[in-house]
Amino acid sequence: MAHHKLETPLTEDAVRALRLEDTVSITGIIFGIRDATQIRIFDQGIAPPCDLSGGVCLHTAPGVRKLADGRYEKLSIGTTTSTRMDRFTEPLMEQYGVRAIVGKGGLLAGSVRAMQRLGGVYLAITGGAAALETLQIEEITDVWWEDLMPECLWRFRVRDFGPLIVAIDAHGNSLFDRVKAEAAARIREFSFD
Amino acid sequence: MSIYDSIEEAAKELYIRALKDIPADVRAALDRGLRAEQQSGNTTAEQVLFTIIENIKVADEQDTLVCQDTGLPVFRVRIGTALNVDGAEIESRLRIGCERATREYPLRSNTVHPLTRKPTHTNTGQGIPAVKLGFARGTDEIEIVMAPKGSGSENMSFLKMLNPADGRKGIKRFVVECVFESGARPCPPVILGVGLGGTSDVAMQLAKEASCFREIGSSNPDPDAAQLEAELLDLVNRTGLGPQGLGGATTALAVHVEWAHTHISHNPVAVNIQCWRGERARAVISADGGIRYGAS
Ligand code: SF4
Repeated sequence: MAHHKLETPLTEDAVRALRLEDTVSITGIIFGIRDATQIRIFDQGIAPPCDLSGGVCLHTAPGVRKLADGRYEKLSIGTTTSTRMDRFTEPLMEQYGVRAIVGKGGLLAGSVRAMQRLGGVYLAITGGAAALETLQIEEITDVWWEDLMPECLWRFRVRDFGPLIVAIDAHGNSLFDRVKAEAAARIREFSFD
Repeated sequence: MSIYDSIEEAAKELYIRALKDIPADVRAALDRGLRAEQQSGNTTAEQVLFTIIENIKVADEQDTLVCQDTGLPVFRVRIGTALNVDGAEIESRLRIGCERATREYPLRSNTVHPLTRKPTHTNTGQGIPAVKLGFARGTDEIEIVMAPKGSGSENMSFLKMLNPADGRKGIKRFVVECVFESGARPCPPVILGVGLGGTSDVAMQLAKEASCFREIGSSNPDPDAAQLEAELLDLVNRTGLGPQGLGGATTALAVHVEWAHTHISHNPVAVNIQCWRGERARAVISADGGIRYGAS
């Protein structure tokens, strides 16, 4: 299990080199998105006003404070459960070139296949560890679609953002699925007496 | 300060403290989990627990929230029967305390109407904060324990009216199934609360008491219930789901069982899950309005 220090934007080669349970830390730019952001992009068909190719998307709705000059100060930035947003993963990669999703809880089989086909990974962050995450986000550089607050499209500058764990790789493997299958097999052996 | 002003002040302060300062028993349990994963050579689980512990340290140092989810406020209040107080005023001051914490800190507000989804922006609303009132005979103090309940773990709540014939075995099977079903979503390692018996609503309340208000390391005083706690903890951790559902030996930090007598034809089992942050904060208000914060 290797550790990879990656800089954004990510290339397909860098992503395909990652193996399940490798750890990753990211320096550069990551985008914050949530349910409403992706409903706007895909259900309402409005293209994001920024270039997401090679991008890393974090499932979040950050806690922020608006400053007098219109910029946003970070208060508490954490991660939300990804499974709800599963259906957006494939089009994010296919239409906008996103290479990595950062979230908690994992994604479903369709996304695992899409990541294999298109060259993408799912990086598991430690859910609930917002204090650390907020520290590693150096700055909120841009925000679009403020009417969706807090589910806007956010652009963050990060340094050594992580450690993130490769939980779905670009080769059709999901750590969540493997752990669940093993747990199911163990539970079948339990007598419950 | 009047006793009511102190209750309002304590409610505000407890909401913020609970979100920032993880209780000592939870920290100790996470440390034990980290050592167990190190010894078992589970590198990923070790990494996750290490990050959790690091995150708690960062929150201490930066004096900031541990997790972004400010939850729904839940209070457990025990009123000493030697005090002559107005219960309605206590409830209203707890609410005002939450509203002040939300506005003054400021905390993210989570409360919305269940049908219109319209937000209240105050972390309070109809029926929220949830207040569990109880009484302590003979004292002239009010004990307030506050738990901000996060959505990831609260969404993993379950109730089943089993058949009496399903017995203990059925109870154990159901609890393990709930943990399996929840997977990574409640941010394991979790504190698993199990409520047994009563009517259905009583079982759910007992499960909440077990997940949010019991200290890790405590056992149910009833030997049968304590035995069940130990057996369930062993089973749940043997699933191997592990921290964040990424595999490992620490799926639960603790299993707490609370029970009530029930109907001869009932066998209610409720499960409520608290995430690794195990957030709770406590204050005791004395008759003269003095506030003491802390675990005991
Ligand atoms: S489940 Fe708990 S620890 Fe995880 S994000 Fe929600 S509130 Fe935070």
